Amino acid sequence: MTYIPQSDKDKAEMLAALGIESVEEFFSQIPSVLRANAMPAIPGPLTESELVRHMHELAGENHSLQDLVCFAGGGIYDRFIPSIVRDVVSRPEFVTPYTPYQAEVSQGTLQAMFEYQTVVCELTAMEVANASLYDGATSLAEAVSLSSRVTHKHRALLSRALSPSARRVVQTHCTASGIETGEVPYIEETGQTDLGALENILDDEVCCVALQQPNYFGIVEDMASAAGAAHNVGALLISAVEPISLGVLKPPGNYGADIAVGEGQPLGLVPGFGGPVLGLFACNRELMRQMPGRVVGQTVDSEGRVGYCLTLQAREQHIRRDKATSNICTNEALCALAAGVYLAALGPDGLREVTRLSIHKAHYLRDQLAEQSENVQQRFGGAFVNEFVLRVSQPVCSLLESLCEQGFLIGPSLGREYPELDDCLLVAVTEQRTKQDIEGLVAALSS
Amino acid sequence: MQPQTLFDMSDRGKRCTRFPESDVPVSEPSDLLPANQLRDKPPLLPRVSEPEIARHFARLAQDNYNVDAGFYPLGSCTMKYNPKVQELVAAMPGWALLHPDTPSECVQGALRVMWELEQWLAEIGGMDVASLQPPAGASGEFTCLRMFKAYHDSRGETHRNRILVPDTAHGTNPASATRCGYQATALKSADDGRIDLGELESALSENVAAVMLTNPNTLGLFETDILQVADLVHSVGGLLYCDGANMNAIMGYARPGDMGFDAMHFNLHKTFATPHGGGGPGAGPVAVKTHLASFLPVPRVVEQGDKFDWDWKQPQSIGKVHGYYGNFLIAVRAYAYILSLGSDGLRRASEAAVLNANYVMEALAEAYDLPYPGPCMHECVLSAQTIAKETGVRAVDIAKRLIDYGLHPPTMYFPLTVKEALMIEPTETESKATLDCFIEAMTQIASEAHINPDLLHSAPHSTRIGRLDEVKAARELVLRWQKER
Repeated sequence: MTYIPQSDKDKAEMLAALGIESVEEFFSQIPSVLRANAMPAIPGPLTESELVRHMHELAGENHSLQDLVCFAGGGIYDRFIPSIVRDVVSRPEFVTPYTPYQAEVSQGTLQAMFEYQTVVCELTAMEVANASLYDGATSLAEAVSLSSRVTHKHRALLSRALSPSARRVVQTHCTASGIETGEVPYIEETGQTDLGALENILDDEVCCVALQQPNYFGIVEDMASAAGAAHNVGALLISAVEPISLGVLKPPGNYGADIAVGEGQPLGLVPGFGGPVLGLFACNRELMRQMPGRVVGQTVDSEGRVGYCLTLQAREQHIRRDKATSNICTNEALCALAAGVYLAALGPDGLREVTRLSIHKAHYLRDQLAEQSENVQQRFGGAFVNEFVLRVSQPVCSLLESLCEQGFLIGPSLGREYPELDDCLLVAVTEQRTKQDIEGLVAALSS
Repeated sequence: MQPQTLFDMSDRGKRCTRFPESDVPVSEPSDLLPANQLRDKPPLLPRVSEPEIARHFARLAQDNYNVDAGFYPLGSCTMKYNPKVQELVAAMPGWALLHPDTPSECVQGALRVMWELEQWLAEIGGMDVASLQPPAGASGEFTCLRMFKAYHDSRGETHRNRILVPDTAHGTNPASATRCGYQATALKSADDGRIDLGELESALSENVAAVMLTNPNTLGLFETDILQVADLVHSVGGLLYCDGANMNAIMGYARPGDMGFDAMHFNLHKTFATPHGGGGPGAGPVAVKTHLASFLPVPRVVEQGDKFDWDWKQPQSIGKVHGYYGNFLIAVRAYAYILSLGSDGLRRASEAAVLNANYVMEALAEAYDLPYPGPCMHECVLSAQTIAKETGVRAVDIAKRLIDYGLHPPTMYFPLTVKEALMIEPTETESKATLDCFIEAMTQIASEAHINPDLLHSAPHSTRIGRLDEVKAARELVLRWQKER
């Protein structure tokens, strides 16, 4: 397949207009030693029908959530996606434009981003939100970087109960930019971040304290106390939220968080093997000029009609270059659009229903396991929303595989990132799971 | 009619998605969660019905220019046609509905696609190893610079603190350098728009960690001295980075690895035709030479016998740059694209892209200034400087007037070294008829500038919304909808 719409005649006319014989002449400026080897040894070409068959076959080697009943979590969840979300994000008018630099011909994307910023502000109770970052992990890294810039301090404290992959991403950034990181332990019994230990290692060199709510173990944290402790020493509180939980949990803006970040995948995005997903980023107005990423603002045109354009661009790499607040250019606009449509489709009542259903079903699973299964135990005693840690009596790895064979996906297992929890794994329950699914998993875990 | 937001339509009693009643016992959240952790009042999400949402976004869609609908000659952005089969493939449940924590035995197809695409990208780039983890071009830049830092540190060369970047570079290059703790220094280009070897030589020192180049550069010019550049940079122990944004110019004709680059990123959303999504998601895989391989992000996909698996045990790795494995569904699209074109198809894409750019450049060389005479590669940079001097019409006015002709404007005011720059990248997926239409419009606009400059100053005239007051936007900073403002 090629996608070149020129006929032989067109090509001949163009070459004639340029007074050359062959298009290869344009490439003669490239040193011949480079041209000699330049044809890549790659397979293809395939016709469209061959390609589709090949991709079907390869896809068939994967066990997707079409085949597995999903109780897996850890940041990516199996949630119901309303048809209207898929429909809107499939429109070529949203799929195929570039970043909306030319506002007059991009009002669709711009207004959708303005509405997205609004729902993110509402969900988090923060004052401003940007138009998306890559994912929850990179949003956290950007938040830590922002904290260091505004406080002029270079030590970040991260809860050990924060997503390990997000902490790894933060570490990659911090090592580069000279920010030292410290870890706040979690409490053995409850799974909550140990705020007493936090107090002990907090000092006025700390730029930020970052906690996840609910945390990676699914446990609800005391965010207000963490915020108070951070603010006492002039540090910012970063809250990494799971967005669906905010249908019931207190939002970051109501407990004093300075920056709220999060993985936006649960808001209408397919799991997609972890990408593309969506980096949520919101903060207080006083930090607005230090925000990373695109921001859309409302304005008027020459006739006074309301319209939208990119604004606060003086923060960005294409204007400020080495002085920019971030290097981000391409973001996850289409994923942000999906999140905006998803939250509009649910509305406040739908969101509340999803959150509550997930809570009820997760607690039902917990109760059923406690009653019926001797092989598994709930690891932490703290209050949880829709995800919790199980300790299992058989090797985690073989358990996961045997569950897969029985049609259940749970996890992730925790041993790689938490050696002390190498007999533990996460289990998450969303509104998608039925009583029958849950009882099936309980039976599988009890056998 | 003034368009409404979803929030203006919101009213009690309207709903779209409902969820089933619980089939398990229900208790109040306050019985299960600490009361002081509960939300006091629900978020003010819009209360709207499905028909309203559908119509709202259908209307917004009409306000979006897009490459499916028309010519989009944004220089440096490679706005080529996005093949429909990619969307069909990426939507297959076997890719779309994969949870990232599925045991590796159960995702062999996904790991194969990642592994093969990494091989192919390394091959196309003339590199040895690749990683798909960076989710965008700028992230790819950061990833490689971060690897450079780890590489230099591993050799005890911790003093290297500078990155050299040409004055024509994309803004992400210096921004990524800063993000990595480096100091970026701009290199002044030579009069012909290319790297000035003398300038480079005098800027190079033992403190230089790397030089970042785009080849062809952002003026659409191939850096013909690239082999000497690589020798110079390597002679002081520095590394050479290729910003792969312009790969669409040279596929099948030159490979960055052969030019002496140590590392590069690809923009799958440019070169390999995955959609731009109104600003993303894209994907920015990186490819490197062997001496940098051990620093690549974890986890790596590895082949073990006839199986694939994750390898997390890379002690020298820089760590992770994305929460999962990068933008996998974008990688699936690029995989499908490369496979459908094959090496010959990729080469023909570059040939047609270069032919189209030269055809446009040649045809517009009279009506506009051509600061750097061709031939160009896949894009050309014109200037409206003479028009501006004679008529007061600026590049932005020309760009906005193009909208009235049903065309998307080129990139404006970039690269920074060209005054009143109009940077045009037609790509290979445009017909001669479309190019002729663009050339005619641009020529017409150049003459309108002399006859009726006000027509251009006030353009566009054909859109629902006219030129926007960006100063007001920046001063008032209305960044979210609010009731009865």
